[in-house]
Amino acid sequence: MAASYFDVDGTLVATNLVHPTLFYLVNQPTPVQTALRLGRAALKAPSMALAELVDRRTFNELLYGTYAGMTEDRLTLLAEEAFRKVLLPSLFPAAKALVEQNLRAGHRIVLISGALDWIVKHLADHLGGHEIIANRLEMKDGIATGKLLKPVVAGPEKARLIREHARAHGYDLDECYAFSDSYSDLPMLSVVGHPAAVNPDKRLSLLAKAYSWPSFDLRALP
Amino acid sequence: MNHPCLVTLERDSAPRVLFSGDALVEVDLPAGTRVIYAKPPMTALQDVDAAIRYAINHPLGTDPLYAKLRPGMKVTIAIDDISLPLPPMRRPDIRERVLTIVLALLADHGVDDVEIVIATGIHRRMKAHEVRHMVGDRIFDGYWPDRLYNHDAEDRPNLIEIGRNSAGHPLVLNRRAAQSDLLIYVNLNFVAMNGGYKSVAVGLCDYQSLRAHHNPDTIRASDGYMDPKKSALADRIGEMGEIAHRELDIFTIETTVNNRMFDRSLEFLTKNEDDLNARERGLLKALVVSTSKLPQSARQAIFDRFPAPYGVTGVTAGATHAVHEKTIERCFEQYLVPIEGQADVLVAPIPFISPYNVHAFLNPLLVQVLAQGYLFNMYRGAPLVKKGGTLIITHPCTDKFDHEQHAPYIDFVHRLLPETRDAHELRRRYEEKFANDPAFIQMYRSGHAYHPSHPFFMWYWGENGRQHLGRVIVVGADNEYIPKLLGYETAPSMDEALYRAREGKARTLDITLLHVPPIIMGDVSLPGGRLG
Repeated sequence: MAASYFDVDGTLVATNLVHPTLFYLVNQPTPVQTALRLGRAALKAPSMALAELVDRRTFNELLYGTYAGMTEDRLTLLAEEAFRKVLLPSLFPAAKALVEQNLRAGHRIVLISGALDWIVKHLADHLGGHEIIANRLEMKDGIATGKLLKPVVAGPEKARLIREHARAHGYDLDECYAFSDSYSDLPMLSVVGHPAAVNPDKRLSLLAKAYSWPSFDLRALP
Repeated sequence: MNHPCLVTLERDSAPRVLFSGDALVEVDLPAGTRVIYAKPPMTALQDVDAAIRYAINHPLGTDPLYAKLRPGMKVTIAIDDISLPLPPMRRPDIRERVLTIVLALLADHGVDDVEIVIATGIHRRMKAHEVRHMVGDRIFDGYWPDRLYNHDAEDRPNLIEIGRNSAGHPLVLNRRAAQSDLLIYVNLNFVAMNGGYKSVAVGLCDYQSLRAHHNPDTIRASDGYMDPKKSALADRIGEMGEIAHRELDIFTIETTVNNRMFDRSLEFLTKNEDDLNARERGLLKALVVSTSKLPQSARQAIFDRFPAPYGVTGVTAGATHAVHEKTIERCFEQYLVPIEGQADVLVAPIPFISPYNVHAFLNPLLVQVLAQGYLFNMYRGAPLVKKGGTLIITHPCTDKFDHEQHAPYIDFVHRLLPETRDAHELRRRYEEKFANDPAFIQMYRSGHAYHPSHPFFMWYWGENGRQHLGRVIVVGADNEYIPKLLGYETAPSMDEALYRAREGKARTLDITLLHVPPIIMGDVSLPGGRLG
């Protein structure tokens, strides 16, 4: 038995972490709250842009700070709509076929993403995935604090989480697959026996070629 | 008296110039060596379009094509892929000519529901520019990509099981083709193992269907692949083909080309080196020197630059079996050279191209396919070389692969061959798992990679050569590792290779050189009329 671990943003869908966040910010209970939240997010934008260049984890923390004060009920309620309106239209045409191929091979399908668990869960259901490893917002009395619960799913932490997941379920990592679009996911790709570059960025593309990893594009229908 | 294509070398004969991948090398072979040259190209048809029209109006064993048509019917046309001919032929490709006439006929009869499927089987998907080259601008612009596309052997919703063979293996075919009122197959028959029942049963099927015949046992049981009457592979594919022909209405159009592989400027490569004029000798020498100095990419560019000026030698249409018999006759007429007796040593140059590396590098696994698969099997009657004999090939065996086309080959060569070369063990332990590798399958479906089962079939292809030959020696290898993985010995020169082949033999060796390309088949008879 083996598992296939899929990064989400850029690998299976064209969106990134910012798109669903914007959906939440725009869909506040009143237009005034929407304007206020968008304004605050705009002020944070330069710091986020800098953090994105330096450290993905800091970027995640800044981004998810914009969720502070939103109610858990609202976040949960809007998750299905956010999936339908933001993620689903951005799903790469061949993504479902790739997941199905892994299912046919008898693999456990695990989506591993820096996005929030409520939305990733809908994507996993849509694709026929079994499990998700995603970021979770800290809640206090039903209100988001804007902080992420540990472990924060990003960069090298993904590799540790995959190792832990495989060990807990008794999977041989040499038999497992991992799919990602980004060089930043190199640690996650390196811990499995079958890494693959999907819609790879330039650095990952070169690396995949050097190590003879499979490399392909899901952005067009087969 | 010798056939004009057979030359026996003398002491003062010029060196032979052989392909060694995309380079040319001069080789001195001992006096008495028998060299087999290709026959001159058969005369090409003067009016190909007229021949196509005649064939579809006067088919063998079935009604003329026009009589099968009715307005509103659903028709699928399947065509051979770019693996034939080699190198790709100069435009217009014969498939374009046939399609042009057939599509006009369909339109005249009110048949609008027409799709064209490129019968790639588990080969790589053809790229848009390759398809355009093959079908021409007008058809490409009118049909690609919605009504002209590559077959996808992993597109489950668009595949359908249409029957099972006597052993219970399923025949799964392209759904559109299988559910059409009429399937027209347009073939380009390059060698004798192409075409016939294989066209539909292999070109439009899936991996599970191929397992019924693409396996080590079938290959071992085949006494050559190029003589369908003695090929277990042809028999087993034929059984699948009969299922297809029982269930579907198939109209087959087969075409043959002559062996004019090289443009006029390179035609001297096919000649007896002793018969070259001064200009040709100079050009040949220049090519030998330049290919030894140029980088690989530049060498490849020289030979890729010129599409082959093949001439069409025949068009036959109608019921598949009857059509294919005529096609095979023309293939044999072009390729067969009568040979008396088998050799102790067969020298076979390995060129730069095979059916599986069009526009890509000939990787080590494909060297094996050409050596023990194709060139060893270029015979009718009996193998060119005696049982336990030696095959000497010329090739650098460079450890290089095209990452786009041959990604699964890399794992096969570097991960599996170090474990075992045993074809049965490879099939038992690795084939199915490899064939279902999700990442490689996605490369096949989304990109231009061969299906992950393909390297296994390529290894099995060499199986009857491996069983028959005593040893394979590579001359000119640039490394030791790859030949060893393939089970080959290496020698720094032809002299050394022949010296090794002579080991333990008291008498003089019978040496035969198969001077390919272009394609040659030996029609081998044994002393006393005995066939091997």
